[in-house]
Amino acid sequence: MNMFFQSIMAGLETGSLYALAALGLVLIFRTSDVINFAQGEMAMFSAFIAFKLFDGMKLPYPLAFLGAIVFAILFGFIVERVFIRPASKASLVSKMIITLGLIMIVGGLANALFGIDSHYFRKAIVADNMNIKGVVIQPNAIFIIAITFFIMAGLFYMINKTKMGIAIRATAQDENTAKMMGIPVSKVYSMSWIIATILGAIAGILIAPTTNVSTAMMGEVHLKSFIAAVLGGFGSFYGPVVGGLIIGVLDNLVGMYISLTWKTVIVYGLLILTLIIKPTGIFGKTHRKKV
Amino acid sequence: MLKLKDVSAFYGYIHALKNISIEVKEGTIVTLLGANGAGKTSTLKTISGMLKPKKGTIEFQGRDISKKRPEDIVSLGIVQSPEGRQVFPELTVLENLKVGAYTRKDKNIKNTLIKIYDYFPILKERKNQMAGTLSGGEQQMLAIGRALMAKPKLLLLDEPSLGLAPLIVNNIFKIIEEIKKEGTTILLVEQNAYKALAIADYAYILETGKVVLQGNAKELKSDSKVKSAYLGG
Ligand SMILES: Nc1ncnc2c1ncn2[C@@H]1O[C@H](COP(=O)(O)OP(=O)(O)OP(=O)(O)O)[C@@H](O)[C@H]1O
Ligand SMILES: [Mg+2]
Repeated sequence: MNMFFQSIMAGLETGSLYALAALGLVLIFRTSDVINFAQGEMAMFSAFIAFKLFDGMKLPYPLAFLGAIVFAILFGFIVERVFIRPASKASLVSKMIITLGLIMIVGGLANALFGIDSHYFRKAIVADNMNIKGVVIQPNAIFIIAITFFIMAGLFYMINKTKMGIAIRATAQDENTAKMMGIPVSKVYSMSWIIATILGAIAGILIAPTTNVSTAMMGEVHLKSFIAAVLGGFGSFYGPVVGGLIIGVLDNLVGMYISLTWKTVIVYGLLILTLIIKPTGIFGKTHRKKV
Repeated sequence: MLKLKDVSAFYGYIHALKNISIEVKEGTIVTLLGANGAGKTSTLKTISGMLKPKKGTIEFQGRDISKKRPEDIVSLGIVQSPEGRQVFPELTVLENLKVGAYTRKDKNIKNTLIKIYDYFPILKERKNQMAGTLSGGEQQMLAIGRALMAKPKLLLLDEPSLGLAPLIVNNIFKIIEEIKKEGTTILLVEQNAYKALAIADYAYILETGKVVLQGNAKELKSDSKVKSAYLGG
């Protein structure tokens, strides 16, 4: 029973990070129809910034974290402005290829600036494990789950209740009409890239203790965030969160109780099965988009 | 209030508007009539900044708006209820109305909302329902209401009676007249020429991107050419 509980916790911990990254993907996709294949690379770059601020400039961890978030705001803004907006009239395929190109650019830049070495980066919360009735709990895991929860709650409040949130959803549904109603859609795009980049950066910094900081660090999180988004459904904002948590937890449970060697095959086999039964994802509606 | 002078506009190589000149005086209803593809929607699009004119000027209350962005034009007070309603299907009725008020910064949005519920009581009943699940007529009311939420000085209506039952059409036209009485100037695009001429002060008739006829609504209504081409006899 203790083992069961512990795997659930571990699953929720990594699942939260998949969920954050997946939400970033979906936010951009829903507003501008673009799938940002470079999100993983961008998150890696932000994680490197946090690491450099902490390890190179010797800033305290919270400040380094915050510094990386500020960087992510600028980063998201610049990427949208420089690479995406000028191509606003281009086809969707071209835009996706632009984000593929971004992988090269951001990855290459990271290689040149930060080198190809892999560095250890500390956890957000460094404290002794807690032992509650035999269940070992890492404070850092609690922190990750909690911070994800608060970010999600804030984001969902923003999307559902605020003027900006309504503008984001309106733009996602019909860009032209949104423009006609006076919504500055370019600001909405800018905003969604900024938020998505922040989400990626947080996922990157928090996964770093597990993966180390390196140019290849985001590979798995990035891939799984995609799967989470597809599983939960690209059509809703809740789907990817649930998808991320499911993948995190399943990964751990199957690894623990069925087979560590066959874990990947079993989990993704199940996911593919789910998608065959419900192609639009768990929360998916038939995707109605501008023509 | 609004003056289009020699406006030409293109979609790629398609010459949709050819030297259109139109004037809308404050406090009036002006209607734009014409067959399918004549350029009525395109005219409204150039006014609201969605289609940039290649040539000509668009003056609103004395300033040229032909190069302004759609959101700035809305802020100036020109708001459109687009063709085919185009409500946001996955926003609730109330959220759709809030989108309409996006550019407003004043505190009287509640009062406007009350007024719109007055015009269209059904919208109040359905305020928490997804707009995509409304009937066609209700969606049309929502589209008009959404535009009114911006408290426009000039309201652009693109075929508000399209696809609606006669009873609802009558109701919509009555409300358009009321909106005018409340002080909003209206530019109305219609297929229902008979009804449009009945409530309009002035009318323009478009054919393949050109103004071919214009005049007092009452006079045009009895014009023999107009009768045979647009009023079915
Ligand atoms: N997005 C577009 N791309 C290319 N051509 C267009 C586009 N929109 C309109 N057109 C063309 O411009 C011309 C004018 O179209 P417009 O929509 O203004 O006509 P309309 O008078 O509103 O017609 P309807 O009564 O059918 O709504 C038509 O020939 C049409 O095919
Ligand atoms: Mg039209």
